[in-house]
Amino acid sequence: MFQNLSERLQSIFADLTGRGRLSEADVDTAMREIRLALLEADVNFKVVKSFVERVRQRTVGAEVSKSLTPGQTVVRIVLEELTSLLGETESRLILTSRIPGIVMLVGLQGSGKTTAAAKLANHLRKQGKRPILIACDIYRPAAIDQLESLGRELDIPVFRGEGTDVEAIAKAGVKEAIASMRDLAIVDTAGRLHVDEKMMDEAARVKAALKPDQVLMVVDAMTGQDAVTAAAAFSERVDFDGVIMSKLDGDARGGAALSIREVTGKPIVFAGVGERLDALEPFHPDRMAKRILGMGDVVTLIEKATEAADADLTEEMEERLRKAEFTFDDFLLQLTHLKKMGGIGDMLKMLPGAGHFKDLDAAEIDERQLDRVAAIIRSMTAEERANPKLLNGSRRERIARGAGVTVFDVNQLVKQFNQARKLMKQLQSGGPGKKKRGGFGMPGGMRLPS
Amino acid sequence: MATPWYRRISEGLAKSRGRLEGQLNVLVGRGPDLDVAFWEDLEDVLVGADIGVAAVTDIVERLRDTASRKALPDAESVIEHLAEEIASEFPTDVSDPLAVSPVVILVVGVNGTGKTTTIGKLAKEAVDAGRSVLLGSADTFRAAAIEQLDIIAERASVPVISRERGADPAAVTFDTVVAANERRPDLTLIDTAGRLHTSADLMKELQKVQRVAKRETLAPVMTLLVMDATTGQNGLAQARKFDAALKLDGIVLTKLDGTAKGGIAVAIVRELGLPVVRVGIGEGIDDLKPFVAEEFARALIGRG
Repeated sequence: MFQNLSERLQSIFADLTGRGRLSEADVDTAMREIRLALLEADVNFKVVKSFVERVRQRTVGAEVSKSLTPGQTVVRIVLEELTSLLGETESRLILTSRIPGIVMLVGLQGSGKTTAAAKLANHLRKQGKRPILIACDIYRPAAIDQLESLGRELDIPVFRGEGTDVEAIAKAGVKEAIASMRDLAIVDTAGRLHVDEKMMDEAARVKAALKPDQVLMVVDAMTGQDAVTAAAAFSERVDFDGVIMSKLDGDARGGAALSIREVTGKPIVFAGVGERLDALEPFHPDRMAKRILGMGDVVTLIEKATEAADADLTEEMEERLRKAEFTFDDFLLQLTHLKKMGGIGDMLKMLPGAGHFKDLDAAEIDERQLDRVAAIIRSMTAEERANPKLLNGSRRERIARGAGVTVFDVNQLVKQFNQARKLMKQLQSGGPGKKKRGGFGMPGGMRLPS
Repeated sequence: MATPWYRRISEGLAKSRGRLEGQLNVLVGRGPDLDVAFWEDLEDVLVGADIGVAAVTDIVERLRDTASRKALPDAESVIEHLAEEIASEFPTDVSDPLAVSPVVILVVGVNGTGKTTTIGKLAKEAVDAGRSVLLGSADTFRAAAIEQLDIIAERASVPVISRERGADPAAVTFDTVVAANERRPDLTLIDTAGRLHTSADLMKELQKVQRVAKRETLAPVMTLLVMDATTGQNGLAQARKFDAALKLDGIVLTKLDGTAKGGIAVAIVRELGLPVVRVGIGEGIDDLKPFVAEEFARALIGRG
């Protein structure tokens, strides 16, 4: 498995010690690595070329600051340039004050428009909108059924028109939105191969008929070099306002985001990050830059942790932690949070250097261990959870039977739990000054049985 | 030389072919000098077709070797050799898993690659050839996937086995295979839900589906990965994971009628040796064709 760019650059510059300015020869080697990293991430080769040239110009003669190594300096420059290319700040969906607001989705076949439409409706409803979905994909068999079914799941109405006149259906949908007091209409259109003039034309006509506030192009994060061709064609014919990147929950680097941004100047607004209908997130350029370079996404990880942890419970738990009264119930709660965060697999992917793990499927194994630990705790009585000292041999045997594990597994968990508690106590006796806010993390020393 | 289906691709690719051809012509226009810049530009052209850096580097290296060994006089002759080099990456003498009778075909892939559509085309192809077909709707996850397959089955006039949405895909597979054992169709096609290869749980679900099919059937079970031709380097990761989980028998490359060339197939074949058994070249139900390496290679570099 290849290293991430940061590591590669560090090793290139390993010999280069101290400060000073970077020489042209040093930079050449680095630029080759950057080019390779971007191409592996599916950034369009032309975009790569101009990008590398820009970075080179900034890098040659760049001052290596005291705090950074030459490698780190180059990485910083690359990240800055990438981020500025992807858009300095996160872009928001801008709707006019018109009611109903209209958002139209376009994209290639299989990019995930219908799913994105439902996710977007769900997302905007959370922000206080009353959306309606308008089904305009009259070509793909059952596409309308799919949208209806998603609408039912979300309890969001779906308008399905009659006939084959897509413009008329779209217009009727907007009328229906007004009649049913909906303030936002999300229009799902047919997917197309962008070489298909007729379909492209239809999208342009629907746009002209509806004059939507926003036209969003849905782009599959796994798209390769052709992303620019598709985006340019849509940009020319339909002139979209922004992009939803779908399927970013896989391990694709998503270089297409960079290519599209560079070629069309359109911002990426949302990212689809899972199969569930709430798996749509605002797009963060800085994080995407790191992902493209294979440098992980620590910020998202932290945010997910914060989101998942129920604030009150955590404080209560911290209090108990401080008093070293941490119980198995608290531990179970933490496990649940871990799962809410998308499980260990998701988290690993966001960690810097996660590329190393890709072949190991370590995440998968750990996930099962988590389940096992949860099963063990759930097989304990409330009393036992609160007071682990109760756990004698026969109780442990019963728990092992209940959880479908061996007594050895139970023993191991209890042992680790006690060690963690002891550690807590030691930390506490170190005085309040040394007290560390545990926040979300597992208590130190707590390890899962292997 | 061009066969009719190939002409279809050619037409579909007219624009991009022009583009790529233009690029190659620029290279040719350099004259006889095969300088460093020529080789770098050639690399760019191939990388631009999604072949991937590693494969491109290797292909170009071999081409350079050939160029000096055979004393190729100019850029034009080098590019002539290029198509051969690319075509030679694909295995020859591959038997068509779809030609076996009877056979159960499990159709797998990531979301949105065109699995269900491909099944419709495969069903039509078989029916046209006078073979009997049975469909199984094991995509019980995606909203309306069952309805989509129903419509497709109706259009191709073939029976379909399904259960309600949310049912266990392995159970639908069981039903389908048991029905196949009874009705003895030549071809049984089982549709599965699209899933990202990174989702361990869903990959396991698929392994179970395959296990059930293999256990219950009287016919051989073949597993085909459907891949979108617009897929970039992640396609290799997809193929690796699906192959590791299911041991694939081949690939169907869809949406070749766009401007995408499906160069990722070259990278996949190089690493995993999987045959490409069909290519999807259009939206029509007849637009699924056998794969011919030479023609694919020539289309890839815009030299049809």
